[in-house]
Amino acid sequence: MTPDTSRPAAPVVEIRGVDKTFATATGGVTALEGIDLTIRAGEFVSLIGPSGCGKSTLLRIIGDLTGPSAGDVLVNGKPAHRARLDRDYGMVFQAPVLMDWRTVSRNVELPLEVMRYSKADRRERSERLLDLVELAEFGDRYPWQLSGGMQQRVAIARAFAFDPALILMDEPFGALDEMTRERMNLELMRIWRETETTIVFVTHSIPEAVFLSTRVVVMSARPGRVNRVVEVDLPHPRTFDTREERRYFELVTEVREALRGIEEVAVVDEVIDARIRAEGIA
Amino acid sequence: MTASASATALPPGLVAPAAGRSRRRPALRQAFLLGGVLLLVAIAWEALKWLAGDPWRIALGAFTYTHRPPFTLRIASDISLPHLWTIVGTLFEPVPAGPPLWIFLTGAALYTLRTAFVGFAAGALLGLGLGIVFVHSRFLERALVPWVVGSQTVPIIAIAPIVVVALGANWVSVAVVATYLTFFPVAIAAIRGLRAYDQRAGELMRSYAASTPQVLWKLRLPASVPYLFSALRVAAAASVVGTIIGELPSGIPEGLGRAVLNFTQYYVTSPERLWATVVACAMTGLVFVGLIRVAEAFLTRGRHRPAAF
Repeated sequence: MTPDTSRPAAPVVEIRGVDKTFATATGGVTALEGIDLTIRAGEFVSLIGPSGCGKSTLLRIIGDLTGPSAGDVLVNGKPAHRARLDRDYGMVFQAPVLMDWRTVSRNVELPLEVMRYSKADRRERSERLLDLVELAEFGDRYPWQLSGGMQQRVAIARAFAFDPALILMDEPFGALDEMTRERMNLELMRIWRETETTIVFVTHSIPEAVFLSTRVVVMSARPGRVNRVVEVDLPHPRTFDTREERRYFELVTEVREALRGIEEVAVVDEVIDARIRAEGIA
Repeated sequence: MTASASATALPPGLVAPAAGRSRRRPALRQAFLLGGVLLLVAIAWEALKWLAGDPWRIALGAFTYTHRPPFTLRIASDISLPHLWTIVGTLFEPVPAGPPLWIFLTGAALYTLRTAFVGFAAGALLGLGLGIVFVHSRFLERALVPWVVGSQTVPIIAIAPIVVVALGANWVSVAVVATYLTFFPVAIAAIRGLRAYDQRAGELMRSYAASTPQVLWKLRLPASVPYLFSALRVAAAASVVGTIIGELPSGIPEGLGRAVLNFTQYYVTSPERLWATVVACAMTGLVFVGLIRVAEAFLTRGRHRPAAF
């Protein structure tokens, strides 16, 4: 149950020499340069860094929502594109992105419908997943009847519904208030341990990254590079008290030190963000 | 008033009060509002006649009084603007060799409504089909949308006889004329609506490796429903107009089109009949739009945004 970092598990994500360049009116902007990263089964890896370090772009490359300009990404030993077609990963965005014409349980069932699960199977899974995120009695509600935190829990249930080997989360709690966020962190910890999934998690928050992760990947901006990888050796299960342990503070400090000196370059960020939006899903 | 105001002011994410009573009240208020407007129009109508219409005799038992308006305006004469009670009264007088006018008009309206519905259904399907094709093919969109827009610049009154000659003087060709007016707003709304989905929801579907039909069926079509319905309401009204215009050259005796033609000929002697027919046409359109509104309420139940009328 407890992830054992000393014994290497099978790699789920292998990133080899990935570059990403966005073309702009004034020439190319290098979003990512020379990224090498291996994520093993059962790991919880956070990507953290200043805006514009390309952490979201890296996540989107792993998920084949955009392609790298150079380098290779293997998911479960397959090219990312193949892995997407094989439905190897679930996504959670900063916004819940629930469909307002579907009830909560029908939202959780959406990927299962797309993947042609039987009706009984869909029902069983959505009940189990809603139970897991503690929304069992809200299945018949509509998303707008839930709070922001509850909506995000529905989105998490939806991502886990088809048991993907890999979950990609792009600042899933970024829009929530601090109290809700801490509670969601605890819940995500529990869900991750119960489902034994591999999670790649993009965040702006150092405490969140340290609390959740087995490893924190600290990235620098312009161009986006892996600056440092911090192993988080906090014991599991992590609880509310974990945030008051000395080792926790040491690790938070370590990540903060690694981030120090990395400037935020707002203009470049905006250019990259605009590119990402413009690229859309074409 | 305050209950519904606070319900709409709720920030997203908060649980709104249960629907039911609070939902029915705006409908009642709407009815009062419409009735009030109708009353104001009636007052303005009769006030104009009082000031500038033809003289009229008011008889209350033995007492009679002849009102002579101080001014004279042609638009307020009894030929241009019959008294409202004359219009209402004529509804209960029989048409030549037939039932009372209101029964005649109701029959004509139902006949026209049936044809309009067929034309509307065909137009809605055609418009939606075109929209689906256009959002999946930029090439076809660029090649065909200008023609679709161009089709609507041709006056329907010129198209109708051509269609009737080509397809025969029957209700089918009339429905085709209605289709011609109906498909356009639906096609334009479908193009917009089918593109109006949340881009991140599109990425979500992509991450599920959803097929194009699955994206259409589970994301794009449901997301376009509010757009489609505002177009369908316009289309419903347009289909009634199209049907009535189509009925004119086709010589179909049962519909409102013939009633319009007939009572136009007798306008100088009894203008109130044409006015009554005009009201019947308007009511027919309103009934159709109302049916669409009910269908929309049914299809979008549970959604957060109540669609505007």
